[in-house]
Amino acid sequence: MSQLTAPPKAGAPTGAMPNSYATGRLPRFVPLIVLAGSLVIMFAVFALFATADPSGGFNAAGAVFLAVVLYGAVIYFVARMIEGPRRAKDRLVTTLVTLAFVIALLPLVSLLSTVLLNGTARLDLTFFTNSMRNVVGEGGGALHAVTGTLFMTGAAAIISIPIGLLTSIYLVEYGRGRLAQAITFFVDVMTGIPSIVAGLFAYTLFVIIFGPGVRLGIAGAIALAVLMIPVVVRSSEEMLRLVPNELREAAFALGVPKWLVVLKVVLPTSIAGLTTGIMLSISRVIGETAPLLVAAGYTNNMNYDLFEGRMQSLPVFVYSSYVSQGTEAQAYLDRAWTGALTLILIVMALNLLARFIARAFSPKLSR
Amino acid sequence: MKFNTFGRTAAVTALAALALSGCAANEDTAAGGGSSESASELTGTLVGAGASSQQSAQEAWTTAFQTANPDVTIEYDPAGSGAGRDTFLAGGSAFAGSDRAFKDDEIAEGDFAACAPDTGIVEIPAYISPIAVIFNLEGIDTLNLDAATIAGIFNGSITTWNDEQIASQNPDAELPDTAITPVHRQDDSGTTENFTEYLGAAAPEVWTDEADGVWPLEGGEAASQTSGMIDAVTGGEGTVGYADASRAGDLGTVSVKVGEEYVPYSAEAAAAIVDASPMAEGRTEGDLAVEIDRTSEEAGVYPIVLVSYLIGCEEYTDPASAELVKAYFSYIVSEEGQQEAADAAGSAPISSDLFDKASAAIELIK
Amino acid sequence: MTASATTALIPAKQRPGDRIFSGSALVAGSLILAVLAAVAAFLILQSVPAVTTNPEDISILRGVNLAEYVWPLIFGTLWSATIALVLAVPVAIGIALFISHYAPRRLAQGLGYVIDLLAAVPSVVFGLWGGNVLAPAVQPFYSWLEQNAGWFPLFAGPASGTGRTILTASVVLAVMILPIITAICREVFLQTPVLHEEAALALGATRWEMIRMAVLPFGRAGIVSAAMLGLGRALGETMAVAMVLSASGGVTFNLISSSNPSTIAANIALSFPEAYGVNVNVLIATGLILFAITLLVNTIARIVVNRRKDFSGAN
Repeated sequence: MSQLTAPPKAGAPTGAMPNSYATGRLPRFVPLIVLAGSLVIMFAVFALFATADPSGGFNAAGAVFLAVVLYGAVIYFVARMIEGPRRAKDRLVTTLVTLAFVIALLPLVSLLSTVLLNGTARLDLTFFTNSMRNVVGEGGGALHAVTGTLFMTGAAAIISIPIGLLTSIYLVEYGRGRLAQAITFFVDVMTGIPSIVAGLFAYTLFVIIFGPGVRLGIAGAIALAVLMIPVVVRSSEEMLRLVPNELREAAFALGVPKWLVVLKVVLPTSIAGLTTGIMLSISRVIGETAPLLVAAGYTNNMNYDLFEGRMQSLPVFVYSSYVSQGTEAQAYLDRAWTGALTLILIVMALNLLARFIARAFSPKLSR
Repeated sequence: MKFNTFGRTAAVTALAALALSGCAANEDTAAGGGSSESASELTGTLVGAGASSQQSAQEAWTTAFQTANPDVTIEYDPAGSGAGRDTFLAGGSAFAGSDRAFKDDEIAEGDFAACAPDTGIVEIPAYISPIAVIFNLEGIDTLNLDAATIAGIFNGSITTWNDEQIASQNPDAELPDTAITPVHRQDDSGTTENFTEYLGAAAPEVWTDEADGVWPLEGGEAASQTSGMIDAVTGGEGTVGYADASRAGDLGTVSVKVGEEYVPYSAEAAAAIVDASPMAEGRTEGDLAVEIDRTSEEAGVYPIVLVSYLIGCEEYTDPASAELVKAYFSYIVSEEGQQEAADAAGSAPISSDLFDKASAAIELIK
Repeated sequence: MTASATTALIPAKQRPGDRIFSGSALVAGSLILAVLAAVAAFLILQSVPAVTTNPEDISILRGVNLAEYVWPLIFGTLWSATIALVLAVPVAIGIALFISHYAPRRLAQGLGYVIDLLAAVPSVVFGLWGGNVLAPAVQPFYSWLEQNAGWFPLFAGPASGTGRTILTASVVLAVMILPIITAICREVFLQTPVLHEEAALALGATRWEMIRMAVLPFGRAGIVSAAMLGLGRALGETMAVAMVLSASGGVTFNLISSSNPSTIAANIALSFPEAYGVNVNVLIATGLILFAITLLVNTIARIVVNRRKDFSGAN
């Protein structure tokens, strides 16, 4: 890239010795200026549209989107002229990658703001201290659903985390040959079990054991466990494989038995990854509606016993509040949104707790 | 270390259980059942399952019944009519709620596990709810339509709101030339079955499909559940659908032509059609299956109604559930019970005539 | 020392702890196989009546045979999941790259947490949001597409009046599977050997060239398996699709009309409550078909991953 073709730029004092590292590069503030310029242009254009046709209103999202597109185009051509095609491409990709991230944020922001806007209406003490027993219309709460969700998800976690962890330990540390291959393959298959099929399976299983029409909290937990196990195995397997072999070999060289190596070296080293994976699996199942509707049934009453009677859960609570609204529809809708908000808050709290635990127990590394 | 990973969730659950171990604030008497002073002697848990259309009404009935009988818990699982009938057949519940009565051959073949062998069942049309034809057109709250026009709108032969057929029946309305978007339920539902039965009976030359819980035509806009239907009709412009009248809200509704007049939906008109309709033939004494006369031309009847049944045994193998079912059913058909449902779910209270028949049927339960 | 003794491997000393540990790990692994076998057996047993009963006696089929009943559902399932995947994968790779290679290191972890939050939103909420917020918002866009791009078969219209089309449902599905694909891609990209990256940069590669030559080849297998996990989720998603999609028609590629094929999982959820007798078996049989489809998808993914492994930079 010859410096002669590049027009003299602001910030590069003419006559002085050119900085050899900065030649042929756009100064750092140029992208910012281009971005600001595109934003101004697009907002101006959209404002014009909005004044010309007041019924349409001002479309901020559209303006931002087109501004980003404009920015991408302008920066590509500017960079192509000054820096050459390779760097221009690099800048274009940077724009695209950032754009992808912004695009992903849009639905997240829209979703969370919708849930927050609608969900705070009933976010009061009654909601967390009352069940729906003997409640018609306004009032009532979701204590029974919160307890049910925690109980059933907890039971599912107690069932599937040991099985999932041990299986991944088997696959990584012990498994050789056909059995390990078969397990890997069928765990993949298991990730594809549709949630409603898991619910039907658990329901039918309990009908065979306890007779027709039986709906129990534990049946819901089993259905959730069927969905949860493969996620635990898949994520833990990946994390265990990341543990460097040098660590294992060092421990073996000191004469440590294999099971202690796994317990004291492999698991602690990977505990951060393991907790992340387990939390992912819990978030995956805690919001499941269809299997719980089939297997655990529906109730308006408190139930602390997984092995006796129907159990309500938050997703089912949200769904049925939305689906069957009485004459006072708003009260039902408010409860549904608040239930959804509660569920998201629970998952966030669990995530934070997991991060805290992972940090507390992972070995202190130098880096 | 491993314990921490396993135990963490267990610990969370245990903590949560501790935090929540106090009973719900509104349930002080329910769990223990120790309220000795209650006037009622009924105790126990009664399990029913079935139609989701009855859910709001069942909640109201359950609430009132549980308040009067604090030691009783009634679990109504709104699993759906089909699931409710199957559960009742298999003996999984003591009563069922269903948007249609059992068919003759189902009763003949059916081996009702909760009932004593060779005894009949009791079917009571206790939840009557008008189905409103709802639409979303700016500035228009009500339209007069006959069955053939409604059928034409829903099968797609009438495509715009200012169609001659609609305009001729509504000379005063300023109809726009908006395209009509008919919305139907995509799930299998009693509402659809009753609506298509009405269209087929009242406009046989336009609507040629049989009554079915699944919308018989392919194509068109579809939404799931009543709530989805309301959302879809509210969210569009020029949309039209059908839904439980209690949910019509601010949407426009159709007055349906019966005989020579146009009848808007109302609780009384819905109850009136049930009275004007004959009972199904060949049924046992306790089986009050109604065959709604959709073409009735009597004054003041509204023919598009959903009749949902309470289904129980004439004779239970378990006397405890017989007692509970009898008391609960008696409450439901009583004037207070019907009024509770009307307030909470917008249903139509049954007439005194039907009340007498229902009471006689409930008397059979033992 | 004899020759035979030296060539044979010396067996490790077997401690009781070892045996118990490896034994329980083996049991856990086998338990998964047992559970899966039980699910498969349950599905097959319950599906038998649907196949053996005369189709005319099954009310839910409404005069057609099982294959004709299931075909639009299979199509709808595959079609909606494919669109969702096409929408989600590029965005997910973009986000993963952004977090792993573009965002400042301090920011990256927080951003990852934000995306993980999406995984925590229950499917019912996605359904409510998709039906009541997203669908009305995109409806004008569909009308515009119909008028300006109606010549293109995918946008033939007539545009839906409510926006509850298969494209909307697929967008919701894409948002739902985004966090799964992103999380795995991110982990894989972060594992790219730093030496490869530094070597590329030292040769004068730009950041994008470094990613294209070092990061993407290394992560290709991981991307495929992440995409397949996402596809599995999209194929089996029930409630969100049931609440968003206006499913009323047969097989069509049209993206913006209101007549869309339903999906297997959504159809089970919508029809199950009113199903009775052998109708239940028909629905379970469709569940078995869905199960078979996911099995097939996973098998293909595994073959692809295994084949690609040889060329990736991982070795």
